[in-house]
Amino acid sequence: MDHAEENVDVAVIPPNKEKIRKLWKVAGILGVVTAVEFVIAFTLPHGPSKTFLFVALTIVKAGYIVLEFMHLRYEVKILFWSILIPMIFVVWMLVAFVYEGMAISDVR
Amino acid sequence: MASSTSVVPSGRGVWDGGVSPMGASYGKLMMWFFLLSDAFTFSALLITYGLVRSSHDAYTGPVDEFVFSPNYWPIPERVFEAVPFLHGVELPLVFVGIMTFILIMSSVTMVLAVEAGHRMDRKAVEKWMLWTILGGIAFLSCQAWEWTHFIHGAEEGKAVAEGTTFFGANLVHNQYGPPDFAAFFFFITGFHGFHVFSGVCLNFLIYYNTVTGVYQRRGHYEMVEKVGLYWHFVDLVWVFVFTFFYLV
Repeated sequence: MDHAEENVDVAVIPPNKEKIRKLWKVAGILGVVTAVEFVIAFTLPHGPSKTFLFVALTIVKAGYIVLEFMHLRYEVKILFWSILIPMIFVVWMLVAFVYEGMAISDVR
Repeated sequence: MASSTSVVPSGRGVWDGGVSPMGASYGKLMMWFFLLSDAFTFSALLITYGLVRSSHDAYTGPVDEFVFSPNYWPIPERVFEAVPFLHGVELPLVFVGIMTFILIMSSVTMVLAVEAGHRMDRKAVEKWMLWTILGGIAFLSCQAWEWTHFIHGAEEGKAVAEGTTFFGANLVHNQYGPPDFAAFFFFITGFHGFHVFSGVCLNFLIYYNTVTGVYQRRGHYEMVEKVGLYWHFVDLVWVFVFTFFYLV
């Protein structure tokens, strides 16, 4: 019985070359951005502007992973915002706490 | 109010039942919201790290004159500069760069497995799932080496009382900087590493079910998609850990 089911052939749809090329392109962008981060790590002096640049590049990478790899860009609008809006509050929290940490450092 | 109790099917709104308002299956939706909650957990760790790190003094001198000290937060490129088989060679951040590359590649092979699943191409799903599992195992192996090196320590060590030297790190002492530095390294990369480990287990389960034809009989490969979301999330978290722990 099980054996008979195994032999049921399901039609395989041929790969969409366009779509696969787009996925590899996203992978290429992620690789290049990481390489750029590497170059910045050893060329720019430590400071707020360097940190800002790293955060910006990280958001670019995160955007590509979430929107393209996790397919969020193509989901229904309400799902998209249900995921994104809570994360905006988290970013706010991060900024607030880092600011708080700097204040603690001043007091010490 | 009267219209919402109406049994007439025509003219029903999206939220009146019978359709998926978010255009995704129950399982996929639950995976998304699980990942959102997991993102909160990781954010909590990273926010705490941000608070504690910014409350410590930063090292302000030139990079080549940097020495480990508990008085300021260490600069990451002087802590993470070892690569396996190249003992004594200073290659700052190279190994962690390799790890990042491995994880990005395994994310790509995962997305290719999902794509193959949409096409009901069992052989291709098997192939790409296997590559994804391999990437995950490679990453975990790298992390095992990284932890071992971190725990055993670099050449210099840290001078402690009574003239002895402390090498490496544990949750109480470490040679690299303030005690919190090693604690955050263990907690953040450890929690992420455990996610990678669970991801590899889930990926193996998916691979097994693909090979035995479970999804072929079910008529769709949505499970690949759901576990794929989890795997991409693990990669996403690493992108943030890489920036905030190794680069900044």
